[in-house]
Amino acid sequence: MTMSTDFTLSTLLPGAVPAMPVASAQPVMQLENVSVFYGDYEAVRGTTMAIREHQITALIGPSGCGKSTVLRSLNRMNDLVPGARVAGKITFHGQDLYAADVDPIQVRRRIGMVFQKPNPFPKSIYENVAYGLKINGIKDDMDDRVEQALRGAALWDEVKGKLKSSGLALSGGQQQRLCIARAIAVKPEVILMDEPCSALDPIATGKIEDLMHDLAGTYTIVIVTHNMQQAARVSHHTAFFTAELDEAGVRHGRLVEFNDTGRIFTNPADKRTEDYITGRFG
Amino acid sequence: MTTTTTAARVAGAAPVPADLRRSALPLRRRFTDGFAKGLMGLALLVALVPLGLVIYKVLQAGAGVMSWEFLVEDIPNSARRAGGGMGPAVAGTLVITGAAAAMSIPLGVLGAIYLNEYGKQNALARLIRTMSDVMTGVPSVVMGLFVYVAWVLIVKEQSGFAAALALGCLMLPIIIRSTEEMLRLVPDELRQASAALGARRWKTTVSVVLPAAISGIVSGVMLAIARAAGETAPVVLVAGTTFATNWSLSGDNTTLAAQIFKNAGEPFLPAQDRAWGAALTLMVIVLLFTVAARMISSRFAIKER
Repeated sequence: MTMSTDFTLSTLLPGAVPAMPVASAQPVMQLENVSVFYGDYEAVRGTTMAIREHQITALIGPSGCGKSTVLRSLNRMNDLVPGARVAGKITFHGQDLYAADVDPIQVRRRIGMVFQKPNPFPKSIYENVAYGLKINGIKDDMDDRVEQALRGAALWDEVKGKLKSSGLALSGGQQQRLCIARAIAVKPEVILMDEPCSALDPIATGKIEDLMHDLAGTYTIVIVTHNMQQAARVSHHTAFFTAELDEAGVRHGRLVEFNDTGRIFTNPADKRTEDYITGRFG
Repeated sequence: MTTTTTAARVAGAAPVPADLRRSALPLRRRFTDGFAKGLMGLALLVALVPLGLVIYKVLQAGAGVMSWEFLVEDIPNSARRAGGGMGPAVAGTLVITGAAAAMSIPLGVLGAIYLNEYGKQNALARLIRTMSDVMTGVPSVVMGLFVYVAWVLIVKEQSGFAAALALGCLMLPIIIRSTEEMLRLVPDELRQASAALGARRWKTTVSVVLPAAISGIVSGVMLAIARAAGETAPVVLVAGTTFATNWSLSGDNTTLAAQIFKNAGEPFLPAQDRAWGAALTLMVIVLLFTVAARMISSRFAIKER
């Protein structure tokens, strides 16, 4: 209901769409006809798309369209859900992530994740960042690495004097940047972000969005958001998902359209995409 | 447009500003509120009465015989004789409860970790949960008989170890269930955050889940230890008795609870005094354990600030 009629295509594009070479970047991950099941229920059906290196890919769509489910299948976090299963093929540098002998732990060390609700460990700020390093067996230059990660997450200046105090004592926005610092400390290639700003105020959101721009130089980012302006502001590519009834009357999430963000928001090929981004839907 | 209708309705209903003072509430509501509050206060007082009386009586009756000698000297082998002490019972309580804790805490905590982190709702986990619930309900004297049949009759010796076995069996289900409850309270987001960094499940459990739950786990364990330290029936059945201090797990032994039971039943005043002294000792030992455990667990516990 926030989408009133003055919310048109032009207001969605404040000229902030990153001017990067868009289609030229190499795909890091490839989804081929990916369906995700929870038990017998097919939550998402037939998704095919590519995640390109050092770019930000946004997954948007209404609630229940399966965008988070797709995101979580990219680093096998869905493995933790009993009964979850992936059909189709997800490759990372050409390797099938769901091949029988692939270790999900190794996958997650290269494909990190930031969650919707900031979830720092109930430990000190320092230990929060150091945790990932420790479990990866890195012991040298710990102080240096922690500082680098906190600087990378644009949090260093705010916390450098209180590294020993609890991560839970930070504000929501700071906690989320701490979680980003924790994720980048282990130097993943890809960072998955599941609605990272939905629990934050506009100022904190702005900081995280700026941060994402900076991080895109080093990392490949996939972000789920239901804030379309955010997708328009930060991403290079946008995938629009929706939930539809199939012949049997069961709801499935489906990828409707995947393209450069500029195209999706100015000249969508599909009527459903246009309806959604102009607010005539849902 | 919803805002306009709401505004109109409010304006129509309350032309004058509402009186927000408590005294403007109807008498009935104020009375109910006060009555309910009073009832809660009363319930708290009633609950505190037995606690206060027990502490008062034990202190009053036990303080008279309390001394260092009482804590270390042997138990007189004639109940009517004055003097002597509870040294063997103090040693027995520490050794037997300690051995029971050493057996049941690792087993119970690891079992709870299996139930909550690995087994979850599978058939084996559900079976274990049911069995441990059943085990919680087994009366301690029955557990004593079980150990008597399953251990004492086989090795043909009453011993502190047999008592520790019985107490350990009594502690185990309490530790399993209370630890599982505490692990369940740890938010799943923390496990996911750890998994997303590439931590294996045991690593997540050891470095994230257990520290987050440690203070609750310690509370449950302390409850189990306090219960075991105060158990009488199984000890009387399987530990035999002794008048001289026995720091070993083999051979006859005795505990403070068993000595309270034995001495309080004697018609002689010195024995009854010793029973009160033993009661005071037991209470203080359990209190000291609890304080120590709290201090240790607070070193690992989550710091909010």
